[in-house]
This record gives sequence, C-alpha cells and structure tokens, in this order.
Amino acid sequence: MIRFTKVTKDYPKLGAALNDVSFSVGKGEFVFLTGPSGAGKSTILKLIFMEERPTDGEVRVAGLSSVTIRPRDIPKLRRKLGIVFQDFRLLEDRTAEANIAFALEVTGTSRSAIAGKVSRVLTQVGLASKAMSYPRELSGGEQQRVAIARALVNDPVLLIADEPTGNLDDRATRGVFQLLRDINASGTAVLMATHNLDLIRRSDYRSIELNRGKIVFDSAEAARAAIERFAE
Amino acid sequence: MPAVRDSLFAFRRAPLLSALSITTIAFSLFAVGLFGLVVVNIRQALEHVEERVEIRAFVSDKTPMEQIALAANEVAKYAEVQSVDLVTQEQALERARKELGEFKDVFEAEFLPPSLDVHLKSGFRDPATVHRVADRLKALSFVDDVRFGEEWITQLYKLRNIAGVAAVALGLAFAAVAVIIIGATIRMAVLARSREISIMRLVGATDGYIRRPFLIEGFVKGILGGALALGLTWLAIHVVSGYLSFQTVFFDERAALIGLAAGAMMGLMGSAFSVGRHLRRV
Repeated sequence: MIRFTKVTKDYPKLGAALNDVSFSVGKGEFVFLTGPSGAGKSTILKLIFMEERPTDGEVRVAGLSSVTIRPRDIPKLRRKLGIVFQDFRLLEDRTAEANIAFALEVTGTSRSAIAGKVSRVLTQVGLASKAMSYPRELSGGEQQRVAIARALVNDPVLLIADEPTGNLDDRATRGVFQLLRDINASGTAVLMATHNLDLIRRSDYRSIELNRGKIVFDSAEAARAAIERFAE
Repeated sequence: MPAVRDSLFAFRRAPLLSALSITTIAFSLFAVGLFGLVVVNIRQALEHVEERVEIRAFVSDKTPMEQIALAANEVAKYAEVQSVDLVTQEQALERARKELGEFKDVFEAEFLPPSLDVHLKSGFRDPATVHRVADRLKALSFVDDVRFGEEWITQLYKLRNIAGVAAVALGLAFAAVAVIIIGATIRMAVLARSREISIMRLVGATDGYIRRPFLIEGFVKGILGGALALGLTWLAIHVVSGYLSFQTVFFDERAALIGLAAGAMMGLMGSAFSVGRHLRRV
C-alpha cells in the first residue's frame, strides 16, 4: 500500500525534514504516526499524497512511484486516497452534503450516483440528520465527521489523517477515533498522525515514532525483534 | 455542468468583488474604446478630406468635344478611377465665377480650357498612385497640362501615416494595460478562492477541472465589462459631440462586436494567466 525506501526530504531554507526513512504499510493496516512537532509527520503525509516529492529515495503509494509519476497522474492517485486534516478544510459556504458531493463532482461522478453515495457516507459517519447544515452550524466533532465522510465517499484504499482529533474535546476525540477504527475494520488502511499518546496506548495498533526526521521506534519492528529474540 | 454552476456561484458569493472586476474591466476597455473612437473619427475626417483628391487634366481648346468625351470614357475605365467629369469651357467659367471673386465680372469662356476632372477610388489616393494616373493623363496627345495638389496630397498622407502608426502603438499600449488590469482583478478572485482550490486538489481534481469555472467567470466578466465599456463610450461620445462642431461617428456593429469579443478574450486570457500562475505555485 505504502512503501518508503530510503526517503530523504530537504527543504531549501528549513533543511532536512526526513532523513533516510524506510517503512511500509500493508493493505488494511492501521498505523499511528507519532512524534514531537517538526519531527516529520506532516512531511510523510505530504509525500504520500504527493504534494511533495522526496529529495532522495522512493515513495510508492497504491502502485504509483514518486520517481516515475507524471503530474497529470497525481489527481488519479488522490482519488484513491482519503485525506483528513486537523482544521477540517470544509467549504464554509456549502452544506455538509454539498461538501461531500464536491469530492465526487471533481471526479466526474453522475448526479444520480452522487446523491446515493453522499447519503450513504453521511449515515456511516452518523450525520444523516445534518446533511443540510453548514459547517458553522456543526460542532468540531461533527465537522470532522463531515471531513471524514468526504474522504470516504470515493471508497479510498487508504485514509490519511493528519492530527484529526487535534482540535476536538475528549468526547469528540473518542467518537472520531471509533469512526476511524470502524472504517479500518471495513478494510480501508488508515495512517493517522497524532500527538495523542492516550489513543495509541488504548489501542493495539502499530505505531511509528519519528524524531528529527528519523524513525526512532516502530512497534512492528520492535515486536518482530522481540519474537526473534524469543525464538533464539 | 458543475463548471458553469460554480462560475455563476462565484458571482453570487462575492457580488462586490465581481462587480469590482467587471467595473475595472469596463473602465480599462472604456479607455481603449475612447481611444478607438478618436481613431475612427480622425480616419473618418481624413477620408472626407481624401475624397477631395482630384486630378485635373486640361485639354487643348482645339480638341473636338466628341474626342474629349471618348477620352473621358477611356479614362473612366482605369482601375484607379472612380469617376471622370468632363468640364466644358462654360462650366469652367461658371465654376471659376463661383469659387474665385475676380472672375465675377468675366463672361467670356474662350480663354479657359476644358478639362477632365478625375476622381480616384478610395485606396488609390496616395501620392504614388496620383502621380501614376497624372502621368498617364499627361501622355494623352490632347492634354496640355495636368494639375493636382501634389504638396497637399503628400502632407495629407504623411499625416495619415502618422495617425495610423500612433493608433496602432497607443492601441496596443492601452490593450496591454487593460490585459494587465484584468489579470490583476481576476487574480484577486483566484486568491479569494485559494482555499477552495487547495481542497479541490486534495480530493483529486485535475488542473483542467479547477481552471474551467475561472475561465468561464473571466469570459463572462469580460463580456459584461465590454458591454459596459461600450455603453460608457456611447454615452461619452453623445455628451462630447454636443460640444463639437463636426459630426462624430460611433463604432459600427462589426466594431462593437469585435470590442465585445476583445473584452471576452481579455477576460479569458487574464483568467487563464492568473489561474495558471496560481496552480503552478501551490
């Protein structure tokens, strides 16, 4: 699904954001990406949806490589992904329903198909009754659910979430996290960048910790090492 | 058609910004239009003056009238010639008495030679052509002398050429300024929607899809701005012509349509440029 091979990302003024990073995420996996601010989490996410290209190394996502992808194929990649941000990124002048439909319109989906799909995802995120509400009329948790619904409506193979609970209170955080777990349970891989260690501790998902552009801990690697030690 | 809907939606969502863009486009095209009208009117005035370009071939007074009439028919067949007037001695006297005061007591026409007054077609009134036709007339055996206001025609054409070059240079400068202003106003519209553009990209919109509503918006703004500029120009010429002693002309239908099309093209180009630049940067 995702494979980073010796990826380095340098920014001309800011210096190295990632340094020789390698990891992979399989189909249907749920992976936390954690670490302090500036550790490189957002850079990894940007490399995945190819808003950025690596300075060195290769990023492969859903069969497409950062080395060979043409700019005109990037929209095709993004249609296979669902992307959710801390600040929701909803259009304030459109209803919840229109915000979700927007993601389908850009892909050229027919009007009749849009109505059915939008209604299905709104039900899935528990907001069927808020279809006609504008973002300003919704709570933070509800706005994030709309954003998740928009990310889901194209049936992505991978959902990328950048601090999706960063602006939410505990209750809303639990609700959104449970929603992401449900989405994962239905087969969609989820990569979630977060500061919330509580969420990581309460679940047994794999977590990758970054610091200063390097992977300092990968629970899958640690588990593998432990198994190998045990076998010896 | 989401692109058409989105472009109309943009007008409804930001009416003030849209009105500002249309007004800016209208005023920059208004400047082009006013300049165009000055050019059109100068050309019209020059054409009036040019119509007076005439070659007068004085015929030897012993030539029989029939021969002169035959020659007049021949000359009328020249490609450059619009019409030929055969002026008899009596008509020459009549004209002289009308035009020149010192002839008012003269009643004998014998000393005035008959003439062929040759008028040239539009487009053939330049000094070189006038000279060529005059030389052909001079070569006719019964023609004594050929006169045309050589210096006057040369000056007229110099003026015409200067006006033509000035019109093209200033017109291009005005049009360039208009395109820059239109591009800047549309850039404002693009920046106002940069958040929407970034979200569109995230959900997998192609650049073509993002560009389309902006191009439609620019096209519509260009047409509306062009129409407003046309209206303002019409109003201006009506107000100004009240203070002028000569008849002014407005653009004909074709020129007005070209103006509208130019407005639409400028809107389209301004949009294409602004959106293209924005998409390359983000």
